[in-house]
This record gives sequence, C-alpha cells and structure tokens, in this order.
Amino acid sequence: MVEMVSRPYASAFEKFAAGNKDILCLSADLTSSCEIDGFRDRHPDQFLSMGMAEQNMLSFAGGLGLAGFRPFIHTFGVFMYRRPYDQLMASIAYPRRKVRLMGFLPGVTTPGGMTHQSIEDISVMRSIPNMTILETGDATEVESICEAADSIDGPVWCRVLRGSVPRLFDTPIKVGEMRELSSGNDILVVTSGICTEEAMRARSALQKAGLSIRHLHLHTIKPFDSKALLDHISSVKHGVVTLENHVTEGGIGSLVAETMADAGVGKRLVRLGLNDTYAHGGSRPYLMRYYGLDATAMVRGIESLMQQEFGISESDLDTARVEDVHSLVKAEAL
Amino acid sequence: MRNEKTTEEVALGIRRRVFEHSMRNNGGYLSQACSAGEQLAWLYNEELNLGAPTLPMIPKDFEGVPSASNPDYHTGAGYNGPATPEFDRLFIAPAHYALVAYATLIEVGRMAPEGLDMFNKDGSSVEMIGAEHSPGMEVHNGTLGIGLSTGAGLAYGRKLRGDAGRTWVFMSDGEVQEGQTWEAVQSAAHHGIDNLFAIMDVNDQQCDGAMDSVMEVGDIKTKFQNFGAACIEIDGHDLTAMRDAAREKHDGKPLIILARTNPYNAMPILQERFPRLHYVRFKSEDERARMNVSIAKDLGVDPIDYAH
Repeated sequence: MVEMVSRPYASAFEKFAAGNKDILCLSADLTSSCEIDGFRDRHPDQFLSMGMAEQNMLSFAGGLGLAGFRPFIHTFGVFMYRRPYDQLMASIAYPRRKVRLMGFLPGVTTPGGMTHQSIEDISVMRSIPNMTILETGDATEVESICEAADSIDGPVWCRVLRGSVPRLFDTPIKVGEMRELSSGNDILVVTSGICTEEAMRARSALQKAGLSIRHLHLHTIKPFDSKALLDHISSVKHGVVTLENHVTEGGIGSLVAETMADAGVGKRLVRLGLNDTYAHGGSRPYLMRYYGLDATAMVRGIESLMQQEFGISESDLDTARVEDVHSLVKAEAL
Repeated sequence: MRNEKTTEEVALGIRRRVFEHSMRNNGGYLSQACSAGEQLAWLYNEELNLGAPTLPMIPKDFEGVPSASNPDYHTGAGYNGPATPEFDRLFIAPAHYALVAYATLIEVGRMAPEGLDMFNKDGSSVEMIGAEHSPGMEVHNGTLGIGLSTGAGLAYGRKLRGDAGRTWVFMSDGEVQEGQTWEAVQSAAHHGIDNLFAIMDVNDQQCDGAMDSVMEVGDIKTKFQNFGAACIEIDGHDLTAMRDAAREKHDGKPLIILARTNPYNAMPILQERFPRLHYVRFKSEDERARMNVSIAKDLGVDPIDYAH
C-alpha cells in the first residue's frame, strides 16, 4: 500500500524558509488552502498577506525581487497567471526576477470547475522566455520543490500538489533530470504530475499482457533534456504514449512531439490529456476517468498505438486511490 | 550632485528640448512636457537623493534583453546613480513620458544632449516608450498600473533591509482607471509602506481625449485616502507647494501627491488641439509653422529650423 503524506508542502515550506530572511511568503487569501497557515502563524515576519489582488501581488513580488528578496507567492495556479498575465510578463518573467510561483490545484485536482482548473498553464509558461517549469508528482517532490525552485536563477512556475499526497519516489527533484521508473523496450510512456501514478497502476497489467514498458516521469518541463528523451525513444520498438493533467496542446505531449519532430524521429506518438476541452466540476477520479487521464486511458492509448487490444479491463488494474472530497487535510472541498 | 540650475530653469529646459525634438520630428509628447515639467525637474533637481550616474553620458546601443545568456545585461537605472541603500529610486510609471524624462536627465547633467538624438532610432536604448534598459528607467512600465505595485514591493523590501533610501513613483492620472492602482494602494497602506512616495501628473488627459469624456474617475484624492494613502492635492506647477507636500507626515502610509496640471502650460497654442493632446503630430505645414513660432516665443527661444 502506498504511503500517504498529509499536507507535505506545509512542513516542507516551513523547514525550507523559516529563518531565511531573503525568503518571503506571499499569499492571496488562500493561505490555509496553500498550506502556509502554520508558517504565517509561526513566522509572521516572513509572511505578507496580499489579499485577493493578484495583479498587484505579481508586480509587488517583482519589486521584492528587485530589492534582492526571493518571494514565494502562493495561490491556486489558475489565479496566478490568467488574470495577471501581463504583470507576470512585465514584472517577473522579462526581468528574470527570482520569484517562485507556487501554483496549487493543477489541472483537474479540484472540483472547482473551469474557474479553478489550470489546464493550459504549462502551455502558457513554456512559451514565456526565462521561465522554468517544475511539476510535482508525489509527496517527495512536493517536499523538495522549494529547494529545487530556489536553485533557479530566475522565475519558476511550480505545479504543487497538496492535501493527502502519495509517496511514489524516494529521491528529491533534481532540476533538469527525468525519472526512469521502468526500463522496458516496447513502448515509452511519458507522464507528469498526478498522471504518473495512473501510468504506474497500468504497468503490471500491461506487463502481464506481454508488453515491455519504459516509463519516464517528468518533474522538470523547462528546461528540458531533449537528448535524454531521444535516447529513451530510440530504446523502444513501437513508439511513445504521453499522459498529462493538462490539455494535450502545449503540454508534455507537445514537448515530446516537438522533440521527435526536431530530431526527425519517425515513431508513433499518442498524446493523452484533456483533448481541446475545459473540464467541469467533480471528484478527481471521476474527472480523470471522464476526460481520459487515468490508468484505463493509458491502456487504451497503448492499444491505439499498437493497433491491438490486450483484453485489459478495469479490474486488472492496480487499485485506484480514492480521496475524500471533504477531508481534514484540505481547508475546503476545492 | 551639485545643482547648477534652478528648478525653474530645469523645467524650462525640459520644455525647450521636448519642443525642439517635436518640431524636428514633426511630433512628440509635447503636452506631457507642459504638464509634468515642474514635477520631473523638482524630483531630479531637488527632492531625490541620487548618486552620480554609473552609465556613460551618451547611451549605449540596445544590448539585448534579460536572459541567462546575456550576463552583461543592465537597466537604464544607472543614469539615476547606483542602487545602493542610502539613495532614492525612481520609477517613471507612464513610460510614454520617456521623452520628457530623457530631457530631464539632460537638463540635470545625467545624460548628454546627443542622447535625445537617439530617441526612437532603430538599435537605440533611448526608446520612445521607455523600456527598462532606457536611460533613467529601471523596470518596465509600459503597461499603465503596474508601476506603483512594483514600487510598493521594492519599498517594502528596502524597509525590511533598513535602507534609508526612499522609493518614488512618478505616475499619471489615467492610471487610476486601472484596478491594479487601487490594489497597490491598499496593500501599501495595509503593510505600512511609508517609504513609498508617488507624485501624479493630474492633467485630466488620456489617449482618447479628456479623461472625463473617456472614463469619469471622480474624486481621486478621497479615493486614495479611503484606500489608506496619505494624499495631498497641489498645483502641479507650483514648486513651493510641491516642496511642502513632500514634507507631509504620513506615518505608516504611502504618500501620494496629486499635482493638478495644465496640459498646455507654457505652450498655450496647444489648446487648439484640445482634447486630443496625448501625442501632438502636426496636421499641416501651416500648423507646424504657426506652433513653431508661437511656442518658441513662449519659451524664449528662436523658432526651430526643422527644414534640415
């Protein structure tokens, strides 16, 4: 049974930031929802409440960066870039301020519907010069995201998981690297964020069906090691399947497609994710199934790539975790 | 740096340079020189505590944007002196006032007059809309409404560091139409950022015309006070009033000086163009010639020979 870690960001951020006077913690009225309420209470001299005013928060953080601070700004990812995109560009990205943008509730990890689901943020951030993009896929990555982000000389966009988070890995994020979770030679599976756990659920059933899967997990989306990916692609016979908690346009599916096209790789590619659609509100397992982001979607994607059915049904897959919508580890049911 | 001119002389010099430039180039931000001349002259010649420039008098060509592969990148803030704890900092929030700001740098001996010849030329750092690498600029402010927020962040950071230097923001009144301005004021008030100062050129003009015809903004002094700032309204061409306003006590609050100005002050013929004063490009050779003679007379200079 996979270990579940409660509120990993809360303790990780406090351990990382407390006492480091160059680190300031900014919040836009989602302090407990972003797990920094304990930090606020215990380290008020490093905490700044910015209210529901994201445009100001981003330019203000740019000003703090200009003063030599390394602000960590916290809100739901979607609020961090959709409304204040211009401020993000002018005050943070262009001048390469060391602002760490901690975006919670990536993709469909919220029942909040379109207004709360950041489903195209990676696509947007990938196109922003000077921006680094990190995404967490488990508790260990959440626990190491602060150090990883703060090692970057410039702004960093982080997709952060919160609440009750599984521990899948035992080593911290190493910026610029990728995790090789299995090293088969039939198909390369590339996943990130919460979709990695789904691909892992599908793996044993696929292996029983005789498929040898090479599985990569991406925590660093930009900068990206194209050569390492191409080496993995050349190690498999049939092609690549990507799965992401994001629209397929501009996310890791696009990243893999661009890498293959640039290098003239002629293998098949199946990109799985939100397919040119917004999502609506619902539980995470429901949304992942409905929009084809789960283990079953991965199996179907591999079948599509192989043009062959393997007779794998839902019951053959490893057990899915079911999170309570109402849980003590989340400030509200978002 | 030692003042060699009076502030009145600097303000006149700013207007003369902007006038000359606009005549030669058949257009420019003339009205902004009329309204803001005293404010920028006063800031640079009296109020700001700035060190000596750290960049060459003749601006360098554009040297690239910030990126990891451009390690020698620098902003234009060096014309305001070094960014050390004891000195003040200034942001020009309305970046289209750049022509006026450059003229000010020349008048106070921080940039060579040749710098203005590079205005809006390809490959030059002396950009028409001041970029962060342009002389006197430190951050991007081309989008109105972001300057005060950035100033608040810098001021808060400097307060934490214990810097003696203040952070000043030169603003324009059109910016109060942007929601971010109010976010900035409320956050500066909430966090007691009293080392933040702003002077706003309230000329009642914006790109589309007179502000009250484009978007009525009401009593902005009361609005600023209600959002938590200390706010004083003065005649923006009255230097004594400006000096007094800056001394106003504002413990725990940012200080915002509303400088009510006349957009054709010192160049009354521009009134003919009211309410379209944002960028004055002459509509005919006749208008250009008439304005040349009229404004030159008002500024006490000879008409500009713009034929060559």
